[in-house]
Amino acid sequence: MQTIKYQKPERLLIKNANYLDPAEGGPRQVDVLIENGTIVRVEHAIDGVDGAETIDGTGKLLTPGWLDMHVHFREPGREDEETVKSGCAAATAGGFTGACPMPNTEPAADTRGIIEYMIAEAKGTPVDVYPIAAATKGRKGRELSEMADLIEGGAVAFSDDGVAIATAEMARRAMEYASMFDVPIIEHCEEPSMTEGGAMNESAVSTRLGLPGMPGVAEDIIVARDILLTEITGARLHIAHISTARSVELVRQAKQRGLPVTCEVTPHHFTLTDEAVASYDANLKMNPPLRTQNDVDAIIEGLADGTIDVIATDHAPHSPEEKDVEFQAAPFGIIGLETALGLIMTQLVEPGHLRLEEALHKITLAPRNILRLPHPKLAVGQVANLTLFDPKHEWTVEASRFYSKSRNTPFLGWTLRGRVHAVINKGFLWVSPDV
Amino acid sequence: MQKHLLGLEGVPREEIELILKTAFSFKEILSRPIPKVPTLRGKTIVNLFFEPSTRTRISFELAEKRLSADTVNFSASGSSVQKGETLRDTIRNIEAMKMDMVVIRHSAAGAPHFLTRCIDAAVINAGDGRHEHPTQALLDMMTLQERVGKLEGLKVAIVGDILHSRVARSNIYGLQTMGAEVAICGPKTLIPVEADQWGVEIFYNIDDAIRWADALNVLRIQLERQRTGLFPSLREYAAHFGVTRARLEAAQKDLIIMHPGPINRGIEIENDLADSEFSVILNQVTNGVAVRMAVLYLKSGVTETLE
Ligand SMILES: [Zn+2]
Repeated sequence: MQTIKYQKPERLLIKNANYLDPAEGGPRQVDVLIENGTIVRVEHAIDGVDGAETIDGTGKLLTPGWLDMHVHFREPGREDEETVKSGCAAATAGGFTGACPMPNTEPAADTRGIIEYMIAEAKGTPVDVYPIAAATKGRKGRELSEMADLIEGGAVAFSDDGVAIATAEMARRAMEYASMFDVPIIEHCEEPSMTEGGAMNESAVSTRLGLPGMPGVAEDIIVARDILLTEITGARLHIAHISTARSVELVRQAKQRGLPVTCEVTPHHFTLTDEAVASYDANLKMNPPLRTQNDVDAIIEGLADGTIDVIATDHAPHSPEEKDVEFQAAPFGIIGLETALGLIMTQLVEPGHLRLEEALHKITLAPRNILRLPHPKLAVGQVANLTLFDPKHEWTVEASRFYSKSRNTPFLGWTLRGRVHAVINKGFLWVSPDV
Repeated sequence: MQKHLLGLEGVPREEIELILKTAFSFKEILSRPIPKVPTLRGKTIVNLFFEPSTRTRISFELAEKRLSADTVNFSASGSSVQKGETLRDTIRNIEAMKMDMVVIRHSAAGAPHFLTRCIDAAVINAGDGRHEHPTQALLDMMTLQERVGKLEGLKVAIVGDILHSRVARSNIYGLQTMGAEVAICGPKTLIPVEADQWGVEIFYNIDDAIRWADALNVLRIQLERQRTGLFPSLREYAAHFGVTRARLEAAQKDLIIMHPGPINRGIEIENDLADSEFSVILNQVTNGVAVRMAVLYLKSGVTETLE
C-alpha cells in the first residue's frame, strides 16, 4: 500500500495537453491555467506565467474527471479493509474525481448522518463522494428508507446493493417513491432463492469444478421484474454490474421500448470468464460471478451498441484474512479502481471494441447524466475537475503500488496499458509517482 | 508423476496405470502373513479430516500403517468450528511440523488446491466438497479391472445424485482417460448443468442405463437433498431409480455392481443385491487400502522398489 500525497498549488499550469471531452468530440490541444482550483485561462499557448506549478501534458490526454458510480468504501464497519479516505486515494490513483459508495456498510447507509459523514470524510481529497443510500431500512426489504431526508443529506440514488430489493412489492414501492425525486433505483439483480450457497457461475465449469453454481437466470429474473416495474411506475431504473447475455438483451429491448432503463458493467465482467475460476483462487470470486465467453461477447456488443451505458468498478475491498481461504468460504468481490483504466484500454479500446471517446463517455458523461450531476467543463470560471492520463503507458499490476487498503484482485502481475498521470479537483492536485 | 493428487481430471493415462499396477502389488503384500512394508519409515503423514468420514479415514490410516509411516490425525466436524477459518488456522498450526504428506478431506471444493498454496508437502485429496474423490475412483477402477481384465471399452453407468457427487466426477475423469465409456443416470434435478460436455451418456431411466451398461456404480442417495426440493421422496426415488434384481433380470445381463458406501439398503439398491453375485462391494473395501498405499508410496518421493 502506498500513502497518497495531494498538493494544493495556488497556480497550476498544464502545458501541451490534448483535451478530449466526450461531450465535445475530437481532441484539441490546449494550455490550461488554474488558480486555487478554478480555471482562469484556456488558450492554445500560455507562456510567461510566474510561480505556477507546471505539468507537461505532451503525449497525454486531458479529460473531464471520471466518475465511478459503484464502489464499496467499507466505512462505517470495516475500516480495516477501506475507509472513505483510502477509497478516495484509490479513486484518485485510478483517475476518478467522483465516486459513489454503495450503502452495504455496517450499519447500512440508510440514515442521513452516515451519508453526510461519507461526504465530509472526502473533503480533504480530490474526490467528490456522491453516496448511494439504502432503498430500504437496513437493506432488509421491509420498510422504505427516508429517501427525501437522505437526498437532502447528499444521496444521489437508492439501492439495496449486495442484494436485490427483497420483494417485487417493495421494489415497486421504492421505485414509485424514488421517482418523486427523479432519482434512480440501482438494482443488484439476483433472485436469492436460486443462488443460495452459490460460489460461481452455474455452467459447465461449475459442473467440472464441483462448486455450487449461481445461474445467470437468477440475474435475468430480477432484471425482467424491475423492467416491468419501471413500466408501471415510470421510475428510473439502473441495473448494476450486468453480467449475462440475456440481461443485456432485456435492457436492449427495454430501451427500444423507450423505458428509462440504464445499466453498467464492471471491467472484470468484460475481461474474464468463469474458466478462470479453475485455479480456485478466491480473488476470482465475485457477485455477480464471472460468466461464460458467450456472456462476455454479449457484454462487449452491448458496450459497443450503447445498451450498456456505464463502466463502473464495483470496487470491493476485502482483507487478506478473509480472501486467503478456500474458495467457497471467501467473501465475494475484488478491488477495481486502480486497474479500471488499464482494463478499459487493454481489453476494449486497443482491440477496437470501443473508440477511446466512447469508453470515456461511459466513465464521465453517462454516469453523471444518470445521477443528474453536472458535467465538468473546461471553461474559464469553472472548477478544474480534470484527469490527465497516458493511454499507452505500459505497467504491471503490483500489490505494493496500490493506494487502496486492500489488494484482492485477480489482475496482479498483469501487464496493462493506460495509466493516470495526474488528477485535479477541488483545488487539489495529485501527480502519480509511478509514471 | 505429479507432486499432488488433487483429482483425476487431467491425470495422464500412464500415471493412472502406474498407480493401479502398484496397487495390485500392494494387494499381494496385504495377503501375506505380515502385511506390512518399511517403505515409508521415517515419513510423516498428516490426515486432515474436516468432514466426518469413518471409511475413508480408516482406509487411509490403515494404508499408512501398512507402509510404516508416522501419522498424525486431525479431525474437526463442520459444525463445531467456523468454516473457512478452520482450514487456515489448522495449516498455521501444522506448518511448523515436518510433514511429508497431507491427506485432506474437506467440505469445500478446492480446499486441497488451497492447501498446496500454503505448504510444501505433497497433498492427497481424500474428497473435496462435490469436486473430486480420486482415491475412491482409483479403487473403483482397480476393482473393475480385477473383475474384467481391462477398462478399455468397458461401459460404466454411474447412478444417483451426480450433482453433489465427487465420486462421480473422479470416476468420469479416470474412466474416460482409461478408455472406458461412461454414462450417468439419475433424476434430472440431480444431474449438473451441461453434464453432456463431459462426453457422457445421460439416462433419466434406470432400465435404459442397465441395458446400456457393463457395470453400475450406484451412489448413496442423501435424504437432505429431498428437503432442498431436488427430488420428492426416498420412496419415489427407490421406485424409479433403485437398482433391483427384477430390473437386472429383465435386462438379462450379468452386471457388475459397485457402491462407494455406506449403502442405503432398499433405497438406491435392493436389500440382498449388495451381497449378491453381482456385487463387488467387499472387493472395493480391500482394494481401497491397496490403492491408497500405492498413491502414498508414489507421491512420497521414495524411490526404493517394492519386493
Ligand atoms: Zn452488487
